[in-house]
Amino acid sequence: MPKYLESSLEEVQTESEVENLINTNEKVIISCGRNGPMCLPVYGAFEVLKEKENYLDIKFVVMPFDVPGASIIRELPECQLFMGLPFTIYYKNGKVVGATSSIQDVKSIKAKINECF
Amino acid sequence: MIKYDVIIIGAGPAGIAAAIFAARGTLSVLVIDESAPAGGTVKNTYLVANYPGFPEPISGLDLTKRMFNQAKSFGAKFELAIEITDYNFKDDLKWIEVDNDEKFESENIIIATGISPRRLNLPGEQEFKGCGIHYCAACDGDFYSGKDIAVIGAGDTAMNESLVLLKYVNSITFIHHGFHNLRAEKCTVDQVMCHKNVAMIWNHESLKFERDGNKMIITAENLDTKEIVKIKRDALFIFVGMKPNSEWLKNSGIHIDERGYIPTDENCITNLKNVYAIGDIRVKKFNQITTAVADGTIAALEIIQKSSCSL
Repeated sequence: MPKYLESSLEEVQTESEVENLINTNEKVIISCGRNGPMCLPVYGAFEVLKEKENYLDIKFVVMPFDVPGASIIRELPECQLFMGLPFTIYYKNGKVVGATSSIQDVKSIKAKINECF
Repeated sequence: MIKYDVIIIGAGPAGIAAAIFAARGTLSVLVIDESAPAGGTVKNTYLVANYPGFPEPISGLDLTKRMFNQAKSFGAKFELAIEITDYNFKDDLKWIEVDNDEKFESENIIIATGISPRRLNLPGEQEFKGCGIHYCAACDGDFYSGKDIAVIGAGDTAMNESLVLLKYVNSITFIHHGFHNLRAEKCTVDQVMCHKNVAMIWNHESLKFERDGNKMIITAENLDTKEIVKIKRDALFIFVGMKPNSEWLKNSGIHIDERGYIPTDENCITNLKNVYAIGDIRVKKFNQITTAVADGTIAALEIIQKSSCSL
């Protein structure tokens, strides 16, 4: 399947891929967006964080916002007021434990990771 | 503590150009940036059409990726997505601590932290970011197709972004603290203002942002009458220019002007010995990718020359 997003992170595109991911990994972060200037810095931050020792136990993944499978993210109750890409969802043991909308700087991402995990 | 010949803070075009020249000049180079990927604000530019050697426009992300790979190919090391938690630039041997953990030292520091979009820092702005308050038309405009939105800002960015928004939204109401004039280029202003569903609220200073159901409420003060008004729209887009990323340097001993930019001499040297400032953070008349790259080149060559003289 072709990748849509400009990121070296693993890209998921279907609901079943997301379900499998969150059910087989304790800590998962999925950033669901496009290739715009609000999204790319979030993917970029994840690409770097995933290599860092403190975050090796977290699975960082991206998902294109416009694929049908992304409804699993778009329709989350936590995202109902979200109007800014990317929608970034934090899962622990298969449950949503946090969500952010729009661009986040690295400091905010690290704070959210500490809060959620 | 790891020692480098040069530490560059900021991985935009200026910082990367300095890294390319310094690393190619056989200096050991570390580039630090709080964001990732490398590329500074240029990586967010849709298309760059005036960079020499690229007759076809190239995306900012592609251009800066090429610069980044070029610097790495010469041996420059990058530490991205890290936070500078302490530093000392005053002594001969300067040091930087990142993430309250690792320390790096060098006799030469190049500051290339550039500029970033300005926020209004008004109540509600952070709370509703991405949920009614936005900063990018191309990213979030289509969420408001057929809706009525407000825009704060009157410069070139505000007008250019509004042209994109007008492809989606039903109407735009500009809220501007100015008195019947706009700073943006006249041709862009004319393109925006000729739309029948564009309105301007002049002389109003925004005070706070709240949410009422699916609507944003902007509270603003009429600067003529001091009357407080509430403007209700589906969303608010804020485009109020750029600010220098120099706040973290306020106790560094480096001279910073009243606007937050760093004065240097023609070789990009600041008032502190062996501390350089390059790119958009430096006081200068024209901020372009080409001028940023030129600054990076000058600072790196200056350091190379000093290093070879001291041998």
